[in-house]
Amino acid sequence: MVLSEAREKDVVAIVKVGGPPAFRRRLLEMGFLKGVLLTVEKYAPLKDPLEVVIKGCHVSLRVEEAAEIAVEPGKETA
Amino acid sequence: MDAQRKHLTVALAGNPNSGKTTTFNNLTGTRQKVGNWPGVTVEKKEGKVQYKNYDLTIVDLPGTYSITAFSIEEIVARDFIMDEKPDLVVAVIDSSNLDRSLYLATQLRELDTRVLFVLNMEDLAKARGIHIDAKKLGDLLRVPVVFTVGNKNKGTDALLEKIIEAAEAEFIPPRDRRVRYNQDFEAGITTIREMLLAVAGEKLPYNPRWCAIKLIENDTVIRERVLKAAGEDAPRIDEEVERWRGRLADMYDEEPEIVMTEERHGFIAGVVRETVRTSAEKRVDLSRNIDLVLTNRFLGLPVFFFFVWAMFRLTFNLGEIPMSLIESGVGLVSQGVSAALPEGLFRSLLVDGVIGGVGSVVIFLPNILILFFCIALFEDTGYMARAAFLMDRVMHLLGLHGKSFIPLLMGFGCNVPAIMATRTLESERDRVLTILVNPFMSCSARLPVYVLLAGAFFGARAGNVIFGLYLAGIVIAVLSGRLFSKTILKGGGAPFVMELPPYRMPMAKSLLIHMWDRSKLFLKKMGGVILAGSLIIWALSTFPRDIPALHAHKANVAQIEAAAEERAAGLGEEEKAAVLAGKDAKIEVLEREYAAKANSRSYLGMLGQAISPVFAPLGFDWRQSVAVLTGFVAKEVVVSTMGVLYGAGEGGEQLGEELKARGMRPLGALSLMVFVLLYMPCVAVIAAIRRETNSWRWTFFSIGYSTALAWVVAAVIYQGGRLLGMGG
Repeated sequence: MVLSEAREKDVVAIVKVGGPPAFRRRLLEMGFLKGVLLTVEKYAPLKDPLEVVIKGCHVSLRVEEAAEIAVEPGKETA
Repeated sequence: MDAQRKHLTVALAGNPNSGKTTTFNNLTGTRQKVGNWPGVTVEKKEGKVQYKNYDLTIVDLPGTYSITAFSIEEIVARDFIMDEKPDLVVAVIDSSNLDRSLYLATQLRELDTRVLFVLNMEDLAKARGIHIDAKKLGDLLRVPVVFTVGNKNKGTDALLEKIIEAAEAEFIPPRDRRVRYNQDFEAGITTIREMLLAVAGEKLPYNPRWCAIKLIENDTVIRERVLKAAGEDAPRIDEEVERWRGRLADMYDEEPEIVMTEERHGFIAGVVRETVRTSAEKRVDLSRNIDLVLTNRFLGLPVFFFFVWAMFRLTFNLGEIPMSLIESGVGLVSQGVSAALPEGLFRSLLVDGVIGGVGSVVIFLPNILILFFCIALFEDTGYMARAAFLMDRVMHLLGLHGKSFIPLLMGFGCNVPAIMATRTLESERDRVLTILVNPFMSCSARLPVYVLLAGAFFGARAGNVIFGLYLAGIVIAVLSGRLFSKTILKGGGAPFVMELPPYRMPMAKSLLIHMWDRSKLFLKKMGGVILAGSLIIWALSTFPRDIPALHAHKANVAQIEAAAEERAAGLGEEEKAAVLAGKDAKIEVLEREYAAKANSRSYLGMLGQAISPVFAPLGFDWRQSVAVLTGFVAKEVVVSTMGVLYGAGEGGEQLGEELKARGMRPLGALSLMVFVLLYMPCVAVIAAIRRETNSWRWTFFSIGYSTALAWVVAAVIYQGGRLLGMGG
């Protein structure tokens, strides 16, 4: 599945970051690496963008961008 | 003490929100200079510090996550380090976010420059249960490391001490303990490095290993420079690089630059494992709790609109108080000068040109001060990122970023501070786009024009008409934004991905510095253009002077005065007053007639009359043509010019009646209002556009586009209305 399909409070693990090179690179630089766990914190009031927590850091991305990130259900963590 | 002072240049690099700017403010205090990096609109901040025997120049590089060449900010930061060769690069590291900060820091280390790691916000890290072994980190990466707590201004002296120590220490680029890539990549790097050394050798602009890495990463900027240095051997190098890139891509089934990014992260993960101890303390994430309200599904938007409404009211309503003070101050000065000097050209130049012009510059100051104080408050607390989070969906429809909302909204007050506020946008494309559509937000200076015309011609429906105009401006902005983002400003630009930093307590000092920077920038860089524009308009409306007509007019006035005096001489108090009042009324009419005549005979008047055929399809007569020309100084001037030309004084009602009497109909009034809404921005806004886009091309484009659009829309309304039989 892709990140944009995840619901609020879901914990997922990154499988692969796709999309245009600049976007992939930016995400990799921000630590969106394979296997890293993400928590979907919330969707904005207008349902786009969404906010995820990665390694204690809050990052917001657009739904269309989240659709480029392949994820799988992650193990529940604190 | 040694009289010989030594000069050092120190660059600050770091992630956005790493506390870099706070560190910069702590180091330099108010001795800052804000400008632009040459050729681009990225802001450059420089500060001077004197410490012991040293004069330090501290340069705040743009906040970046990396120094690849994906954004202008990154290129600017990298070029400064590589080409200006500062004596020391200070990597500001967010201790609570070590992995990501180290990504940039290790890249700096790869450049073989002198680096000092500053572990910032250690208090926050500790609160999160993160303990960093600074000594070990320093040993592992062979760099000096120092702790600071940026927002408490703690350890600034210690930091300065360390900076000087690091900059003065003997420096041999350490060859070990830097990022090692896997052996396939290392093989490629080594081959290309040796080839570079063989063919370019001394001519190579940067260190050979780094050049080889960048070539494999397909860094277009470095590639161009390296190939240029290689001269005729360039094709051979290019071929070799392409061969390696293809091979590595095949081996890893992934673009080489992506693999290298992952490898760098792997290296950092190792460093972090060895230097960081996380205690399992359960912490309360205060920011998360605040966001439960501020970005809440139901409360988020209402709270945001409240904040923005408060900001708007503060900027423009509170700003009105000092503005009226400035206005009356300027009025007093011009009265004083008028009284002190004999009537004539020089007085007119001084009073109407210079003092009026300076007045039109300083009048913006209160708005700019207050607005930038509010914006600094939004940014320093971390709320700006939330605002973008909340509004992005809407702004995305215009092809814009969520952060564009605030500058656009401020445009309803005044486009000058609004355009300056686009500096909060990171991507140049978003900034230019926001600037280009900003003038369509109907600023408060256009309101007097609407009030006059809608009030005179639409009676009870005036309110709806004015509301419709504001709405039309927004619709035009949306359509133009979409048009631009699909044509001249194509490409999504930078990804939206944005950090929502933890909320922080703002520091008064930083807020004040920010506010003052903007105002200084405005006065210094835009003041001149605005002043020059006002002077030009003054000259155009004053020359050529018809001296005989002036004398004839004066003689006329004097004659009436004398006649009235004579008649009044023998009369009683009451009758005397009546005679004098009659005289005043007569003189007023004469003055008005003269002013209208003088105005129409000036260059500006002649120009207006000459181009009035252009405005004929819009239903304007020559007076309105002249009026819209003078609106270039400030749009509300359209009203006063019409007042002069129609000989009606400044009174709105009187002018409205006069317009009706001279044949203006509601359709013509609507056409004029729409034209004033859309046509080229006033001189102050043009100065702001020029300053903020750093390009005359965009400035002229904005002028041309808005004026052409205004003409077309007004013509369609006027001609269409006539066809529909609504009368001229």
